[in-house]
Amino acid sequence: MSAASRFFDNRNVLGPLFMLPAAALLLFFLTYPLGLGVWLGFTDAKIGRVGEWIGIENYEFLVTDSVFRLSVFNTFLYTLVASVFKFVLGLWLALLLNKHIPFKSFVRAVVLLPFIVPTVLSAIAFWWIYDAQFSIVSWVLVKMGVMDHYINFLGEPNLARMSTIIANVWRGVPFVAICLLAGLQTIPPSMYEAASIDGATAFQQFRYITLPMLSPIIAVVMTFSVLFTFTDFQLIWVLTRGGPINATHLMATLSFQRAIPGGALGEGAAIATAMIPFLLAAILFSYFGLQRRRWQQGGSDR
Amino acid sequence: MAPAERREGMHYLESLPRRWVTVYIPLLVFLFVLLFPFYWMVITSFKSNAELLSNGSNPFWVIEPTLDHFRKLFYGTSYPKWMWNTIIVSVTATFVSLAASVFAAYAIERLRFKGSRQVGLAIFLAYLVPPSILFIPLAMMVFQIGIFDTRWALILTYPTFLIPFCTWLLMGYFRSIPFELEECALIDGATRWQILIKIILPLAVPGLISAGIFAFTLSWNEFLYALTFISASENKTVPVGVITELVEGDVYHWGALMAGALVGSLPVAVMYSFFVEYYVAGMTGAVKE
Repeated sequence: MSAASRFFDNRNVLGPLFMLPAAALLLFFLTYPLGLGVWLGFTDAKIGRVGEWIGIENYEFLVTDSVFRLSVFNTFLYTLVASVFKFVLGLWLALLLNKHIPFKSFVRAVVLLPFIVPTVLSAIAFWWIYDAQFSIVSWVLVKMGVMDHYINFLGEPNLARMSTIIANVWRGVPFVAICLLAGLQTIPPSMYEAASIDGATAFQQFRYITLPMLSPIIAVVMTFSVLFTFTDFQLIWVLTRGGPINATHLMATLSFQRAIPGGALGEGAAIATAMIPFLLAAILFSYFGLQRRRWQQGGSDR
Repeated sequence: MAPAERREGMHYLESLPRRWVTVYIPLLVFLFVLLFPFYWMVITSFKSNAELLSNGSNPFWVIEPTLDHFRKLFYGTSYPKWMWNTIIVSVTATFVSLAASVFAAYAIERLRFKGSRQVGLAIFLAYLVPPSILFIPLAMMVFQIGIFDTRWALILTYPTFLIPFCTWLLMGYFRSIPFELEECALIDGATRWQILIKIILPLAVPGLISAGIFAFTLSWNEFLYALTFISASENKTVPVGVITELVEGDVYHWGALMAGALVGSLPVAVMYSFFVEYYVAGMTGAVKE
């Protein structure tokens, strides 16, 4: 082996060399813009004009801005309600799919469809389902005699919030269900056998075997789910654009609206930066969720 | 999957009516709710405008199916162009990311160079950075580099979420390949490069397919970057084109919108149906690792 090739076979030379393409792309298009975004939040940059440092003026303005405060409230409401429903329904669906059912693999494959289809495109279907004049839901309710008028799903603040949350849950449940199903399948059947010999009821088996064994993967899946919901943009943009009267504006949609159509890059960046602390909290949660896995898989704690 | 099946071995103890109430009916309700929007999408795209806007007859069925909306979509708008853009961008971004990720994952997982653990953690953290907080600075950069309103703007920015995902997935995959195989090759005088190309990659094909499919779907579905970085109609991708160009003021072309959504969903749906197992493995693998 020549000296040159031996040099390149050294792990501390070849390693960084192999990392180079990925690292270059990520440093330039992810790390740098992340920093640039935080910096922009402290400037008064507009489209077509380089900003000047104005300290925390953007944030001072945002704290007093009722629309921003409403968007923070909406983001938390949206994330909280949608995540709770996604978790409960997702876990339920996972338990159902883990049972003996006909056409098992086909059903599993079909369940995931809402998650793989482009969100924007399925949101268009929801837009049409929520239409004020031609909504199929209203049509059915009126025909059944439950209602006497059509529901303006996206026209009233609370209804619009509920409608967007339902669309988000619709899209998120399959993801949670399929991930939790994978977790369910790793639980050794012998545990259930032992429990049923000891006379445990179905609920006790669920409470003392399924839930504890599933908790690490629940932590990770829900962290991802919360992260995606908190930063959601597409669904809101298609369904309501933040309306009516800003009732469904999330931080992400408000940031876009102020920065791109509104031209206030600095202010938009400040709104985006304001999301970071919450994301960090979610990531830390995920990290500790991951750590917990070892003992639950029969390994030892470090 | 075998153990899970066996666990249900006692299901014959449950009576059939009970199973209907606890399993089949809830499952059917789930399936109905999850699939109804797709059914509605298909039905709507084949209805004529008159039928769409009448509240009278049974809306759950098409009385006179028509291809008008598809015709309008393909001949009256830039839809074919958007489709083509989406394909180019998704395929290129996927291959670029996959190539970069293979090297990165191999380096982190197998070469174990100094600091590889920290790099692995950094990759995981990068996966958690959402586009919603990157698009404003990226828009500025894209503008300054001079690739605003071109496919390059998307091809170069999509790897920011594809590489972390693919690397993370492939790391898990490489971990499952026995070290002994590499050691044998090293003793036989193979270089690291030969090991990667001739031993690791062939064994990691399922992982590559998983990562590739998932990356393709993610780029196909991307919306925020495409909406921000592209302005000319002929450069748009399908999700952006459908939502920005098929709505003229307050006039919604519901039929064409649904047709556009349907046709735009088909490629990923077809791909998914062929590779369901790989797709699920990719999704759950990334969460489980």
